[in-house]
Amino acid sequence: MVDDLVIQTSRLRKTFFSKGRGGKKEVEAVKGIDLSVRKGKIFGFLGPNGAGKSTTQKMLSTLLCPTDGEAKVLGYDLASQQEQIRQNIGCVSQTGGADLSSTGLENLVLQAQLYGLDDLTAKKYASEFVERFQMSSFIERPAQSYSGGQKRRLDIALGMIHHPQLLLLDEPTTGLDPQSRAYLWGEIRKLKDAGVTIFLTTQYMDEADKLCDVIAIIDDGKIIVTGTPSELKSSVGGDTIVFSFQSEEIAGKAETLLTQKVKVEKIQTKNNTVHLTIKDGEIIMPDLLRSLDTNGLEAQTVTLSRPSLDDVFLKYTGRSLREDTIK
Amino acid sequence: MTLLRDTKLMFIRNMQHTLRNPVFVFVSMFQPLMYLLLFMPLLNGLGGVPGIPFGKAVDVFIPGLLVLQALFGTAFVGFSLIDDIRSGVIERFLVTPAKRPAILLGRVLRDAVILLLQCVLITLVAIPFGLSVNIYGFSLSLVLYALIGITMASISYGFALIYKIEDALAPTLNTITLPVSLLSGIILPLALAPIWLQDIAKINPFSYAVNATRTLFAGNFNNIGILEGFVIIGVLATLVFLWGLRSLNKMAS
Repeated sequence: MVDDLVIQTSRLRKTFFSKGRGGKKEVEAVKGIDLSVRKGKIFGFLGPNGAGKSTTQKMLSTLLCPTDGEAKVLGYDLASQQEQIRQNIGCVSQTGGADLSSTGLENLVLQAQLYGLDDLTAKKYASEFVERFQMSSFIERPAQSYSGGQKRRLDIALGMIHHPQLLLLDEPTTGLDPQSRAYLWGEIRKLKDAGVTIFLTTQYMDEADKLCDVIAIIDDGKIIVTGTPSELKSSVGGDTIVFSFQSEEIAGKAETLLTQKVKVEKIQTKNNTVHLTIKDGEIIMPDLLRSLDTNGLEAQTVTLSRPSLDDVFLKYTGRSLREDTIK
Repeated sequence: MTLLRDTKLMFIRNMQHTLRNPVFVFVSMFQPLMYLLLFMPLLNGLGGVPGIPFGKAVDVFIPGLLVLQALFGTAFVGFSLIDDIRSGVIERFLVTPAKRPAILLGRVLRDAVILLLQCVLITLVAIPFGLSVNIYGFSLSLVLYALIGITMASISYGFALIYKIEDALAPTLNTITLPVSLLSGIILPLALAPIWLQDIAKINPFSYAVNATRTLFAGNFNNIGILEGFVIIGVLATLVFLWGLRSLNKMAS
């Protein structure tokens, strides 16, 4: 293992066999994945529902056996050293897995004990996390009474209770309100600052964009592309600037002027608006506005949009991630 | 030994769940108490027929009734496991270093302890009805009930782990418990049955348990039937527990 690789997989594959009407059915959930997750990073696994994110996460956490391929987690072999992996990673599934009829504190203490900590240390670790995640106001109540955000905090505390070096988070903010999401993002960044490597799956582009150091986009069981958020976005191409003018005629003249003035990737005029795709849009835009002004072509509104991860997904799959998520 | 410690942790956790609503421990004794109050008087009128000595109906009926409680009182524990599967608790346990057998052992041991408490209470209620019981025989019978409870609980958990939904679990459990209880001579002694029915009952392991516990209540310790009952139920309990464990491991495969 290269020293700072925390997760390394090679051709990791999972096929589910189910007996249904008309004989056996095979579903290839993960079709051979190569991953490298570096120490101390937040690694985002972005993709629509059913892309194979959770299945991959479950394989890495030893919950599912890979059908084929190899993987090392924290240097331990996934096939032969499952006990060491379980002892040293933290894992939070999509459903969370808190025992709802027990109190949060009972959940935390038992979880710590299951990691082999003695009663005293278990209680100490539990109260440490109660403080760290600001849970003291509700932790002595049964978990079924918690709000979505409170429950999620408990779930993550359960995954972290034994201070693992690697935390696997399966869709940590799905279904949460914006405030709770922002709070959790803050906590996840703090974990990273404390040196924990985080592997998280998400179907939210903004989450992958704002939170993750490296993103792998997965679709239909295969990784399509891997990179930092800005690498991925610049791979799509330039920024889009939209000018709107008083009339169609002015817009037409503006198109001619803009085409002469700069090297455009794409330009298109619809009614009285001009859509321009160009590299480094934010740097060029003031200059363009000045030229339009001096030629008497006054723009009424201007918007600049940078490519989003959705554009990245669209480029590589031909589909929009948003459409998939809604479905 | 970590298996022992993990089992203890799981046992305590499950016991806490049960004791949070202790009233259900008593609610599930309702069925046997109804049999005791509303059915046993009918048997008194049958005194003298094969298998029921005159005036001794209660001594024959109570050991069988306790086996009935062992069968039905534990048969539906799988429903609580489905809750835990659905909320992700079982998956969370499976990715901790906790020994996997402990996840099931902690549950079946809790079920066995609750069952024994119920058996003692039912027996105490039956004493005013004229029950005469050998205290050593009764103590040994409790071990047998515990084994039956572990058997039924393991079957229930095994199917819960396979189906993962309630709709399929209830009919399956009913399909098992009803013939098994009818064919073990619980309500009426099999001595009353025609030969063909007695022959079918011979392949039902629980009929040996009922024989064994009736002999124990009477204090006849020199009876090969006791050993038969213990061995058969002991082997059965071990086998179905291992089968349940296999279902648990299959969840993670």
